[in-house]
Amino acid sequence: MNDLNENCVIKIENLTKEYRLGVIGSGTLRRDLQSWYARKKGREDPNLRIGAKAYTKGDSFLALDGINLEISQGERVGIIGANGAGKSTLLKILSRITSPTGGEIAYRGRIASMLEVGTGFHAELTGRENIYLNGAILGMSKDEITSKIDSIIEFSECEKFIDTPVKRYSSGMFVKLAFAVAAHLNAEILIMDEVLAVGDMNFQKKCIAKMRELALDEKRTILYVSHNMNTIRELCSRCIVLDHGKVIYDGGVDDGIKLYFGGDNEDFCFHEYADGKHKQPCDRNDICLCSAKYSGKTDNIFYDEEQIHLELTWLNHTDISNLCLRIEVSDYRRLPVTAFVLENFYSGKKGETHTQKLRLDVSKIVTGGYYTRYVFYNKKSESEPFETVEVASGLSFRRRKSSFNENKWQKSWGCIEPDSGSIEIE
Amino acid sequence: MQSNDVTIISSKRGLFSFNFKSIWKYRDLVTLFVKRDFKNTYKQTILGPLWIVINPFLSTFVFTVIFGMIANISTDGMPHFLFYMSGNILWTFFSSCLNKASQTFLGNARLFGKVYFPRLIMPVSGIIYNSITFFVQFVMFFALAMIYMFSGANIHPNIYVLLLPILLFATALLGTGCGLIISSITTKYRDLGVLVSFGVTLWMYITPVVYPVSQVPESFRWLILLNPVAPLIETFRYAFLSSGTLPITYLLISFGVTVAVLFLGLTVFNQVEKNFIDTV
Repeated sequence: MNDLNENCVIKIENLTKEYRLGVIGSGTLRRDLQSWYARKKGREDPNLRIGAKAYTKGDSFLALDGINLEISQGERVGIIGANGAGKSTLLKILSRITSPTGGEIAYRGRIASMLEVGTGFHAELTGRENIYLNGAILGMSKDEITSKIDSIIEFSECEKFIDTPVKRYSSGMFVKLAFAVAAHLNAEILIMDEVLAVGDMNFQKKCIAKMRELALDEKRTILYVSHNMNTIRELCSRCIVLDHGKVIYDGGVDDGIKLYFGGDNEDFCFHEYADGKHKQPCDRNDICLCSAKYSGKTDNIFYDEEQIHLELTWLNHTDISNLCLRIEVSDYRRLPVTAFVLENFYSGKKGETHTQKLRLDVSKIVTGGYYTRYVFYNKKSESEPFETVEVASGLSFRRRKSSFNENKWQKSWGCIEPDSGSIEIE
Repeated sequence: MQSNDVTIISSKRGLFSFNFKSIWKYRDLVTLFVKRDFKNTYKQTILGPLWIVINPFLSTFVFTVIFGMIANISTDGMPHFLFYMSGNILWTFFSSCLNKASQTFLGNARLFGKVYFPRLIMPVSGIIYNSITFFVQFVMFFALAMIYMFSGANIHPNIYVLLLPILLFATALLGTGCGLIISSITTKYRDLGVLVSFGVTLWMYITPVVYPVSQVPESFRWLILLNPVAPLIETFRYAFLSSGTLPITYLLISFGVTVAVLFLGLTVFNQVEKNFIDTV
């Protein structure tokens, strides 16, 4: 298959990768022999848990299921998909860490892959020595590194500490140094798995700009996997969506991202509720939530003291009075974190569409990703109990700190960080 | 720097398609790994690289006391210290090559899981690291032998010292070959790893390191010499100390075994390399 045409740098044909499910061997020779002997004699495998079914040949899992792709020189390809869609497996095969079960990949030039920041960095070595080591691991020769070392050091912003062992570096410096090496690789094809997700905002921007520059000016090809849609939008010119080991979309970035989110309103700053999706049963269907929107945002990430400006639009099915709203916040495990309650804030006539602007102060919620749920409720009359009139899963949001070192809070302490003045000596 | 070679990744790989050329391409990495290993071994030590010299002296001293003075095993009339040191440094060279190679997959699983470079780089850099260590120790040994010789000890370095490069080469390859096989098997069976350190110690005792072959009953001698390491050490001693005899037939057998083990090791390694990251 040496028929790569002029522009094509990577050609993937019918690529599959199969993983066996369950435990692969027992890890010790004695037990494997025992199991093998038992199977041969037709007895029960002594090493299986009672009730467990013996492993049969059919128990396999296709991480990649017939991938076909052609990538041209200078393309910046973003690969997205849910966890387990096969993104990382694809990158692993491309970077030759593991081999495919079937199919073939042909590529022209060198591939440098960054599946992790600072691969092979050694704590005892100085920054400078690690640049050489890391560069060599990623496939550069000593002379190539020497010719670029000044530019690498400058990019890393670590000049002062370059001859200090990296074990004394802060994690931010470590990441910057590692990325600086990767940004100066000579390979024609660069593969990156979510590596830009670290480092502070400015450095992230700088990295993306550098990657774009490499692709545009030097015609490098970039394959980038990330869950961060903003970096995908900023960096990539083409988007591939994987789902269950198959390519389900290949084309423009915006459409790809839209498709990826499909019905799921995760990671969005705007959502339109359609045909009862994302709605939950409630006592009365007095109103119908039409859309939710973070005004003035293009994503759902809120930094530091930033507040959420939420716009909810709904349609009244009947006359409504003294409407209340509870916005419930839960963490990534769907465990409740807190709730914002607004009582008796609205009354309206049947058939009216109302847009309500709301401001939520989320600055006390620690960094992380959160789900929300909008619960509208009121009382039919003064003497009756509260009843829900609309329940919908809301826009999710993510909290971030703009500075790397400020984040002293540990996840295990909880999700709400009180002000520093919340505890005082009396 | 535009390279236009087309590389193919596929599920099939020839049983014997060893890609030695790519190791040459990564030669800078080999140097860097060797440097890293030195730096890592002697970080935060008082004596630093002096340990390279101190180590064999200490263990040779122990051998001399236990086997020479207490057990009183003959050394063919050689000065005890020199006799034990000669066996000790060559054996250490062999066992460190074996150990280093046997660690290839498990010891580097994290690195191998994130980046590709020819996996053989690791054992190759191990050979070089151990060769440097050996060289330093050998210089010490040689200087000591000279001192003994000029003070009238019964040692006569002879023309066979020219075999030294071949001996070392064979020792390194034999150790590495065994190590590669072990490394490949331990990706699936971890318990073999425990066996290795124990096995290597046992192996030393069936190798004429602390005793000369001449002390082995005549009827067993052939058996001892079939151990591929034995003729290497015997030849080394014969060349530098003129102790014992030159077991030329067994030396050739040893070379043959080395080639076979190395070939088997490379083949297994090559096959395991493809997918080991999925099982580790």
